[in-house]
Amino acid sequence: MKNMGEMLLRRPPFQEIVMGNTALVRAMIESGTRVVTSYPGSPTPEIATAIQSIPKEQRPFYFEFSTNEKVAAEVAFGAALNGHLSTVFFKSVGLNVAADTFVQLSLLNIVGGMVVILGDDPGANSSQNEQDNRHFAYLSYTPVFEPANPTEAYLYYKEAASLSRELGKVVILRLTTHVCHAKEKVTFAGWYPPEKDDRPRFSTANGPYIPLVSAVYPMKERALRQLSEIETWVEQRNMHTMVDNKSRRGIITSGLVYLSLLEVLEGIKDKPDVLKLAMVYPIPRRVILEFLQSHDEVKILEELDDELERSIKAMAYDQHISTRILGKNDINDWIGEYTPDKVHDIIANTWPDSIDTRDPVPHPLKEIPLRPPQMCPGCGHRSAFHAIGEVLAEDDITVADIGCHTLGYHEPYNLGELLICMGASTAIGSGLALFNNTRRVVAFLGDSTFFHAGLPGIINALFNNHNLTLIVMENGTTAMTGHQDNPATGRNFNDSSEAIPIRKVLEGLGIQTIFETDTYNQVELRTLVKKAVARDGFNVVIAKHPCMLLFAKKQRKAKGSISHHVHIDQEKCHNINACIQKFGCPSFVRNNDGTISVNNELCIGDGSCIQTCPTKAITR
Amino acid sequence: MKPFNIYICGVGGQGVGLLSEILLRGADHAGLEAKAVDTHGLAQRGGIVVSHLRLGKNIYSPMVSARKADLVVALERHEAIRAVDSALQDKGSLIYFDTVLQPLGVRLGSDQEVSEDLLNTVCGRRGVTVHKVDNVNLADPRMQNIAILARINRKKLIPGVEKQHMLQALEDLMQDAMLERNLELFNRMVNNPKISRNQFNGSGS
Repeated sequence: MKNMGEMLLRRPPFQEIVMGNTALVRAMIESGTRVVTSYPGSPTPEIATAIQSIPKEQRPFYFEFSTNEKVAAEVAFGAALNGHLSTVFFKSVGLNVAADTFVQLSLLNIVGGMVVILGDDPGANSSQNEQDNRHFAYLSYTPVFEPANPTEAYLYYKEAASLSRELGKVVILRLTTHVCHAKEKVTFAGWYPPEKDDRPRFSTANGPYIPLVSAVYPMKERALRQLSEIETWVEQRNMHTMVDNKSRRGIITSGLVYLSLLEVLEGIKDKPDVLKLAMVYPIPRRVILEFLQSHDEVKILEELDDELERSIKAMAYDQHISTRILGKNDINDWIGEYTPDKVHDIIANTWPDSIDTRDPVPHPLKEIPLRPPQMCPGCGHRSAFHAIGEVLAEDDITVADIGCHTLGYHEPYNLGELLICMGASTAIGSGLALFNNTRRVVAFLGDSTFFHAGLPGIINALFNNHNLTLIVMENGTTAMTGHQDNPATGRNFNDSSEAIPIRKVLEGLGIQTIFETDTYNQVELRTLVKKAVARDGFNVVIAKHPCMLLFAKKQRKAKGSISHHVHIDQEKCHNINACIQKFGCPSFVRNNDGTISVNNELCIGDGSCIQTCPTKAITR
Repeated sequence: MKPFNIYICGVGGQGVGLLSEILLRGADHAGLEAKAVDTHGLAQRGGIVVSHLRLGKNIYSPMVSARKADLVVALERHEAIRAVDSALQDKGSLIYFDTVLQPLGVRLGSDQEVSEDLLNTVCGRRGVTVHKVDNVNLADPRMQNIAILARINRKKLIPGVEKQHMLQALEDLMQDAMLERNLELFNRMVNNPKISRNQFNGSGS
């Protein structure tokens, strides 16, 4: 739609084709949500894109990108204590960052209501693992709704908001990547904004809010008691779906897996019955018991881990139910997204008589080259890696962090040899530097990550006198997730804000050696990195260049096209291939006759490659 | 109608997302039920972008199963052959924009670029009908997606979706100069029969 913002604020009911993330924003508006917070991470940042489409002054709620997921959760929690319905959203592993705060929430009376939207990532499409965040629900006694498509994302958010407000309890809405990004026509209700009442309502009478000794047990007891209340609440709203095919066999499932299953069942003659759970924690005991009792065999079809399976088997044991319960078969059932293909294989494995096995899909043709993601044409990180690689020794150890610069681990740079999570590089590097006088340690860190979780590792390196070099790869934005502003940008989601320059922060910490240069100045960057790694102690090099994807986008917008490109003077070219093999900009083309040329579809004319040619054959 | 599965792919930055959104909305304007999903992890960094689009009755999952696509729409040659290999059913149709964005291995000299011959041989073996789009005079390479859209329309590659539905979809998504530019190209290519001379029938002829 041309005007997403107008659509999201429409008063009368309507239908529109939207993705799951957009549908959520309409649900927030209809539910009267007042405060929304986040830290960007796939598959959820398009929620903020939809929010941004509404002009700030018309936005019915406050939104911010906070410095990290924990902070975002805290801001949303604080707002909800004042009576504002709030929501925080982030990606799967974002919950690890937020965990310290998150695990307490379910114990507290959150009077305004608070919904946590999780973008889990089975298949690890854009995450470092495919962790199953339902575990956090068990850990913290937090209820979890699981929508299967954009329509349900919209409807379940509204239910989650009502439940949360009614019980004063945090509720999780767990989406997976292809629920967030699925698109379909959704039927939206009308929006009749009520009068706003923003009086701050915080009161200790709603507490206790201090979880110390004597309060802990009653708080936990309340959380546990609420679970059966929640079970009844969902049941009374008929949110679970039963597909009755008059079979003695049944399948219990939830979320997007349900749609994969329906797809597979289209091809089956004797279809099993299906119970689709709208809420997966607390499990709906009565509904499941009834389903077990009315079937001879029940398959638990759940993506990732075996949480439903364990709970259901335990329940069947307690109730002396003899129904055969079929759970996960082998390790493969724990791994990867449950696409229709995967579900087909699982059902064929479970009940070989019910469905033919799929024709094996041949191995990919070996003639098709892989296409790994890479840094964009003109990317300042490429210039940085090219220069840094030239001054480090073969056995020096380089530690990566999360961000576009993670891609430095690919050929031809091979820099950033290990990676865990946001902000971890400095401290991992500190550990690698212990008992190590021979191999120098270099850690990389992006600017948004610096503020997100990078600072504690940096302060620790100073505090404990660790010996390593940190290279801050500053590109002025949060590029990987779609160019969100960060504290050093001088803008937040809503307004301009006082920029917090990374250099000043580091100076303030008392770091003695702080070098800084633009990464396009490769000669200087080489000199500075050489100097930094030669010194003892904790030294920092700020290697900066603005994100050129953002730059190219702005230029295209302003001028309609990229105004110039580099070209290779074939007379001067000696086929040394430094440009294409060592610098590795994707704009270079290897022709069949061995010559190198430039693809003008990709080249943005930044000229960062010019200095890498020993024979000066590249010109602009 | 039996479900019609479309697998749309290309390289980050080529406009796969917009093309998919136009086809999705075009199908909706044609009165078809439609579901779609984009899969674009790190796509913006020159990686592979894929969008699944499923049309018709009794569709549940937005995802196209392996080798169940009726039509592959590819904006680049390597991605065209990759999609034919992984997503397209035998005797299906491929329409692709014949541009090459060399993958890393090709640029480093460790992999061979996929040639048109290889693509045609593979398609021939599988009985795939190939529609190649090239030699289109584009003001901006980012309009390759609209060029291919026009050809999909001319060749009526999506049953039930007509020119007026695609035009409506374009108007849903764009405005002003951008809409004008894209409409101009779309109409030029839909109306000019000469541009279709590059069709190659891969079934061995």
